[in-house]
Amino acid sequence: MNNNLNLKLKVWRQSNPKAVGAFVDYNVSVSPDASFLEMLDELNNELEKNNQEPVVFESDCREGICGTCGMVINGEPHGPLRKIATCQLHMRNFKDGQTIWVEPFRAKAFPIIKDLAVDRSAFDKIIQAGGYISVNTGSAQDANALPISKDIASDAFDSAACIGCGACVATCKNGSAMLFVSAKVTQFALLPQGQPERQQRAEAMVAKMDELGFGSCSNTYACEAECPKGISVRNIAKLNHEYLSAKCKSTNVEA
Amino acid sequence: MGILDSKVPAGPIESKWTNHKFNLKLVNPANKRKYEIIVVGTGLAGASAAATLGELGYKVKAFSFHDSPRRAHSIAAQGGINAAKNYQNDGDSIFRLFYDTIKGGDFRAREANVYRLAEVSGNIIDQCVAQGVPFAREYGGLLDNRSFGGAQVSRTFYARGQTGQQLLLGAYSALSRQINNGSVQMFNRREMLDLIVIDGAARGIVVRNLLTGEIEKYSGHAVVLATGGYSNVFFLSTNAMNSNATAIWRAHKKGAFFANPCYTQIHPTCLPLHGESQSKLTLMSESLRNDGRVWVPKKKGDHRPPNQIPEDERDYYLERKYPSYGNLSPRDISSRSAKEVCDEGRGVNGGEAVYLDLSEAIKRLGKKSIEEKYGNLFDMYANITGENPYDVPMKIYPAPHYTMGGLWVDYNLMSTVPGLFVLGEANFSDHGANRLGASALMQGLADGYFVIPYTIGDYLATTKFSPVSVTHDEFKKSEEGVKEQVKKLLSIKGKITVDEIHKKLGRLMWNKVGMARNEKGLKEVIGEIKELREEFWKNVNVVGKDNDLNQTLERAGRVADYLELGELMATDALNRNESCGGHFREEYQTEEGEAKRDDENYRYVAAWQFENVGKWNLHKEQLEFEFLHLAQRSYK
Repeated sequence: MNNNLNLKLKVWRQSNPKAVGAFVDYNVSVSPDASFLEMLDELNNELEKNNQEPVVFESDCREGICGTCGMVINGEPHGPLRKIATCQLHMRNFKDGQTIWVEPFRAKAFPIIKDLAVDRSAFDKIIQAGGYISVNTGSAQDANALPISKDIASDAFDSAACIGCGACVATCKNGSAMLFVSAKVTQFALLPQGQPERQQRAEAMVAKMDELGFGSCSNTYACEAECPKGISVRNIAKLNHEYLSAKCKSTNVEA
Repeated sequence: MGILDSKVPAGPIESKWTNHKFNLKLVNPANKRKYEIIVVGTGLAGASAAATLGELGYKVKAFSFHDSPRRAHSIAAQGGINAAKNYQNDGDSIFRLFYDTIKGGDFRAREANVYRLAEVSGNIIDQCVAQGVPFAREYGGLLDNRSFGGAQVSRTFYARGQTGQQLLLGAYSALSRQINNGSVQMFNRREMLDLIVIDGAARGIVVRNLLTGEIEKYSGHAVVLATGGYSNVFFLSTNAMNSNATAIWRAHKKGAFFANPCYTQIHPTCLPLHGESQSKLTLMSESLRNDGRVWVPKKKGDHRPPNQIPEDERDYYLERKYPSYGNLSPRDISSRSAKEVCDEGRGVNGGEAVYLDLSEAIKRLGKKSIEEKYGNLFDMYANITGENPYDVPMKIYPAPHYTMGGLWVDYNLMSTVPGLFVLGEANFSDHGANRLGASALMQGLADGYFVIPYTIGDYLATTKFSPVSVTHDEFKKSEEGVKEQVKKLLSIKGKITVDEIHKKLGRLMWNKVGMARNEKGLKEVIGEIKELREEFWKNVNVVGKDNDLNQTLERAGRVADYLELGELMATDALNRNESCGGHFREEYQTEEGEAKRDDENYRYVAAWQFENVGKWNLHKEQLEFEFLHLAQRSYK
């Protein structure tokens, strides 16, 4: 019994950040039950057997939660399905004989490392600029001393669900990180714990985002469409509100 | 055996930790910045430790092989985190959590450590809420709880099915704050390849920069390993692709004893295998067992679709065998029962799968309520299998998930190498022979937030340090050794790929050191692993260069270590002539097929000292049960 799919892959190969990259053709035969990354595993195993360098791509949990994987498949970050990461895409969603284009996430702030792997450390730097609540270990009060309505906790969760994969940046024509930044700002702006640093957080994270070369938001909503966790663009509206009110009251007036 | 002094403080169990904290020496606040602490691994245990040590004023260097600390596999934990808050007023207490954990671990854990774990569990929830972790709440705004396997109280806190993610992002945010203020220096994309021991104490590490291939050296006053478990020795497990044992294994070879390597947890609720190309197994949270019922057809060869099998022809085997815990029986028991019914030929379509059926709960509570509780799990299932779990019962089968064994540590979480501390899944300390659900997150954060910050201070305050820099001979020697191994791996140029050897090892381990083990199989597998190891070093093909991002080379180094560790797991399983928790020896079972412990001869921690590849010396730490009665575990 062989109901394997025969596919033609066009995979972006680039040996280092400065090298010129190009698409390379591969033919694969794969079970429809395999995941997209398992298909690449098999391809790599074949390449290794023939003493060829395998395609570099990153992945880890393969359950759609760690945010490590991510590639542009036929022009869409994380491929044709909505609300999943690349690792959750299965081959049964492709047709026998289909050609599949596989590229890295491309954005000014995400330089290519090798083949399909990109450097997303800019996201860490934005969080380091203020994406936290300053509370030292040991200084917390009893957890139930701070009731939070179920709806607010649930909304905060929706924003907190971001996995930091960078699909929002990769799909944005401006390479903007607004969805990523707004999700974190919104999570903390909704919660009572986030109030003391609310304004400086919004200011600091946006300033860092701008500094790192991410573009501006022009409201095309592609980020929401490609987000594997369905983070809503309403977070961006919230961020704009947060940022504006922070700027109005800011003591860090620009010279 | 003086060397295995567990350093458990004297006194009543309720006051051991309090008294111990008072007796620990402190480091003067002004002196803290003079101490450099290396933290390897930045999952729940590592990130919480690095952040807290940074807050205290130590100079911390944190290392991760990921591109960001937020990727650590703690992020994939779904169900929840236990804490003895007794918010539900259902009879929970620190003592009950302590008791459940010891009993769940089949009386193979150290009482004092487990009590401390239960004692600080409440602080963890407080800390996480203060960080902005969006735990599930009730309409009144207070925190919600659910039940988990091995407990009859509701003490599990959760954030939908993504509790690990939210807790890790909490620890990651605390770590990010310390990186921002300069107290923690973060080194991403570095893999630890050696531990540096100078004058008998841990003084540094050697790492490979995964982007450039450069071998880098870092010195410090103490080293903390929080690098997770070793389930990937089975190739197929629920662990992330890159989770590995290399850091603890290299430390083991430098003198850290490895405790209870045969205690591995096979999780009962994972998706069954789909085929040869499978790269990992996916876990479905055990929390599903709250509302789900596990069953198989009563008759062998009944291949009708599940919805056509009438109620009285279904065997709800967990409810039948363990009426008081039923579907919430502990993991080891549930897994073994699934294997049993499948071995009888009553699995789904005669294969290796059983049904996890939520249809009754959907009828009782409504689809919306089930969606709220488990929506993301159902979506994940549908995605992977192409079947809709709202209409058709899910199919599940056990898979390697967690390793209770790990580096031996004393009450202070220090290994047998002075100055080397081990936290979280990487150590052996709290779960005995079987871990209860929602206890891994608890242990990782307890170790990182609330234990190591105290105990490491005592070590630093009471140790005389000679100045050490990376120009020391030990660093040079180690660097040469590491480079030699990399060169060797690249020069073999054989015929078999790294993955092919890893899959072979995985099959050996699963068949003979998996859910059920016996003397004959274990003796055989030790020889087979040795042969496979020889084949690896003669015939593996590692393509690519050393001074480059080379994922094949990364995997090759890890598999080389699994090929040694696998043998130790089998050796330990062969030594332990009893069944307990996740370690089930077919020769040692009751008439009803339950695990039969031998408390007289095996009530000890087996701590293995590395001598040479394939040769270890066994040291024993006798386990004393002063506060709980040793009892036959029963969930009936």
